[in-house]
Amino acid sequence: MAVVETRDLTKVFKEGQLGAVNNVNLETREGEFLVFLGPSGSGKTTLLRMIAGLETPTSGEILIGGQVVNDLSPRERRIAMVFQSYALYPHLSVYKNIAFPLKAQNVKRELHKEKVEWAASLLGIGALLDRKPRELSGGERQRVALARAIVREPAVFLLDEPLSNLDAKLRASAREELERFHRRVGTTTIYVTHDQVEAMAMGDRIMVLNKGVVRQLGTPTDVYDNPADTFVATFLGSPPMNLAELGDVIVGFRPEHFRPVSTVTDAAVPFRFKVENIEYLGSEWIVSGTLTGGKLDGKKIFSRLSSAQNLQLGGSYDFAVPQRQLKFFDRSSEKHVEPRAVSWQ
Amino acid sequence: MAVARSKIKSIGAAQSPLLGAAMFAPAVLYILLLVGGPFLLAIFYAFSDARIGNAEMHFVGLENFRSILQSPSFRVAIRNSFVFTICSQIIVTVGANILAISLEKAFRGRGLIRFLILLPWVAPIALGAIGWKWILDSIYSVITWVLVAVHIYKPFSAPMWLGEPRLAIAAVLLVHSWRLMPFSTVILLAGRTAIPKDIPEAAAVDGAGFWRTQLQIVIPMMRPIISVAVLFGLIFTFTDMTVVYILTAGGPFDSTQTLPSLAFAMGIQGSDLAAGAAISLFLVPLLVILAYFMLRVAHRAEVN
Amino acid sequence: MARGISRRIWGNVVHVLVLGTFTILLAFPFYWMLITSFKQNLDLYTMENNPFIFNAKPTLVHVKFLFIETRFVRWLGNTAFVGVIVVAITLLLAVPAAYALARLSGRWGERLGIGIFLTYLVPPTLLFIPLSRVVAYLGLQDSLWALILVYPTFTVPFSIWLLMGFFKSIPKELEDAAMVDGLTRFGAFVKLVIPISVSGILTVVIFTFTLVTQEFVYALTFISSESNQMIGTGIPIFLVRGDVYYWGALMAACLIASLPIAFMYNLFLDRFIAGFTVGAVK
Repeated sequence: MAVVETRDLTKVFKEGQLGAVNNVNLETREGEFLVFLGPSGSGKTTLLRMIAGLETPTSGEILIGGQVVNDLSPRERRIAMVFQSYALYPHLSVYKNIAFPLKAQNVKRELHKEKVEWAASLLGIGALLDRKPRELSGGERQRVALARAIVREPAVFLLDEPLSNLDAKLRASAREELERFHRRVGTTTIYVTHDQVEAMAMGDRIMVLNKGVVRQLGTPTDVYDNPADTFVATFLGSPPMNLAELGDVIVGFRPEHFRPVSTVTDAAVPFRFKVENIEYLGSEWIVSGTLTGGKLDGKKIFSRLSSAQNLQLGGSYDFAVPQRQLKFFDRSSEKHVEPRAVSWQ
Repeated sequence: MAVARSKIKSIGAAQSPLLGAAMFAPAVLYILLLVGGPFLLAIFYAFSDARIGNAEMHFVGLENFRSILQSPSFRVAIRNSFVFTICSQIIVTVGANILAISLEKAFRGRGLIRFLILLPWVAPIALGAIGWKWILDSIYSVITWVLVAVHIYKPFSAPMWLGEPRLAIAAVLLVHSWRLMPFSTVILLAGRTAIPKDIPEAAAVDGAGFWRTQLQIVIPMMRPIISVAVLFGLIFTFTDMTVVYILTAGGPFDSTQTLPSLAFAMGIQGSDLAAGAAISLFLVPLLVILAYFMLRVAHRAEVN
Repeated sequence: MARGISRRIWGNVVHVLVLGTFTILLAFPFYWMLITSFKQNLDLYTMENNPFIFNAKPTLVHVKFLFIETRFVRWLGNTAFVGVIVVAITLLLAVPAAYALARLSGRWGERLGIGIFLTYLVPPTLLFIPLSRVVAYLGLQDSLWALILVYPTFTVPFSIWLLMGFFKSIPKELEDAAMVDGLTRFGAFVKLVIPISVSGILTVVIFTFTLVTQEFVYALTFISSESNQMIGTGIPIFLVRGDVYYWGALMAACLIASLPIAFMYNLFLDRFIAGFTVGAVK
């Protein structure tokens, strides 16, 4: 039985306009870390809030643990949520913050201490119990928010971009902590983010959304190596997949697959590439330029290389893309289609 | 840019302290002369035998205070001052919180409702009080009419609302609460909108129902704002003489006198400036305490 | 499905009830003023009549009486006169002081700010007795100038706060840039800061005016003759002839005096609240 399920879930904010969420169907797997990934306005947060019970759906059903919960208030749904700002109660100590859900559910006073200490030790914040939220660092606040979420032993965790308020350096370690936390606790988790790196790193499965519609639901490998449409193809991966229109298809290939001919051993499509910009990022090089000759003459292309020592600005070189790395999309529907023959000249 | 910076420094440093003082001085001078001075004068009068129209004045030590403390109307006045202030503040704080909760979410007509509920506060105090005097008139009171119409009272047997001490006290309390309610509500509303939206949502997800969220999360978070509203409310009510003056003139039989209204009655109407000053000085201790708490709230807000 | 809906309906009912009760309790006296102003005397003073409806035709008799046979219009004029001058004095004193305080960082700025605050807590009901002597000494008894002299004692402190908060929100860089361009600090203040602050200054104007119209104690103490009264004192005192209350005219007067202030207050409400809660709400 899926922990969280939605059936044709739709949310329309303004009559006559496209819904924020349109006919979303999903089924979570027990214990998985499912990521809702999409740009702002894609509906991912609205979807999460509907599951939480903070927004009412326009149509469709939400099921938690096999039970339709559309009419249930958030408190009745056995979910826990971590907000982007963590929403810690500023006037309560860390201890009281974590204990609040227990108090609200009328758990006996005597049991509070035990459960709070259990949750606190799980997240390593036992020493902070007497502090107030304003005395804590960003990372510590995240841990308190998680402790507060887990103390109720919910069926589902819902996390709404919890890493966005942390500065870049902190984000990586906080992300790792979240992953460790999930492995330890094993609760089904739904995680909302616009950061595709986070999604790829953390997700067991990723649901890519755009304009309220699910574009693809699959493992990181699925969405990266076999994108369902051009949106998914370009949203994941940085720099995004190179796309070019050829006849009635759109052909795509990732920057890391566009390399100097000498480094390609498989059957490959050759290109003539004029280098216009070189960025050295330390661990890799991002080279951009234009193709010369053939049907794609003048097309801007990105390449990602582990070494670009021999390339010079303005120079023209022979590059190639392995045949099997080419992706094909239907030109009108932009959806993925089977590979076919195309003429490049 | 370095040149510009040093230019600013030389201008700023040279002009600021003097200019600042010059800009500030008129206001300070005015306040010192017309608040500080009279304040000291009030203390001075309290120890004298000053009267209106009498140019002479002698030092009489604690005589005024002695006679005041012995007079029964003074004791009633002190009691009333505290009762009116504290009771009305309790009523107002509870009511204003409920009203602020009701007004938080936008709805059609909210602007009009806000206008209507603000009326008691924005209308000049005396005029609102007069309105109530008409409503509580001994013969033509609309309240009497309604009570007679539903047969709670027989015609002509309803009480005189402002004529019986207990009812008069209730009436003064009512008018004070009525006047203060909008002020408190509006300040509390501002405080509520300052609370981030996801805090009540987090409480809802944590399992808190409506009242628990309000009482254990939202209202405690509003403590600084509630303090401001309460402290101002206490000051406004404690130092007011208008409501009593208009509604009951201190009667019946001095039962609704307060410190300020008694000070006025004795000092101006009774021409005994010294007694009036002495009575009004009794306002100071509570005001000092309230001032202390105000400063604490402001200081805490700065620190946070 | 039903559970969710019924909960919502019940919530709405309670909401309407609560809001309705409060609104009626708070606004009723003004509704009452409205009705009374237009009721004929024989309707008003007949006990058996239902007071909520017009049992006789509505009349303008009271309004006419108010405007023609009382000094009501004169009192309105007095109030406007005092209001305008007090506003001017308040601006002259408070605007520079607030600016100096806002830009003066450090202990002195704080201390002075606190000092200003404390003066607001010294009430008229304490100062009116010594001030009555001062007014008599200056020969200003029964003169509107006594009020003009004294009213700034409570309009200035509050205006300074209001404006302080306002000035603090103007970024310092603007004035720095102006000074680099050659203006003196005072020049920057006059030519740059004041024009930007028009809405804050307007707020002070409106607020000061409402404070002037609402004041009672000083107006009662210093002014005695009928023609020099302010609105807040003339109405309760001089619309009562002997022991007879002219309720119709009284209520009309109250309404006419209150409503314009109410409108102005509503427009600037958010700013006023900011003044009271300076600091406490972040």
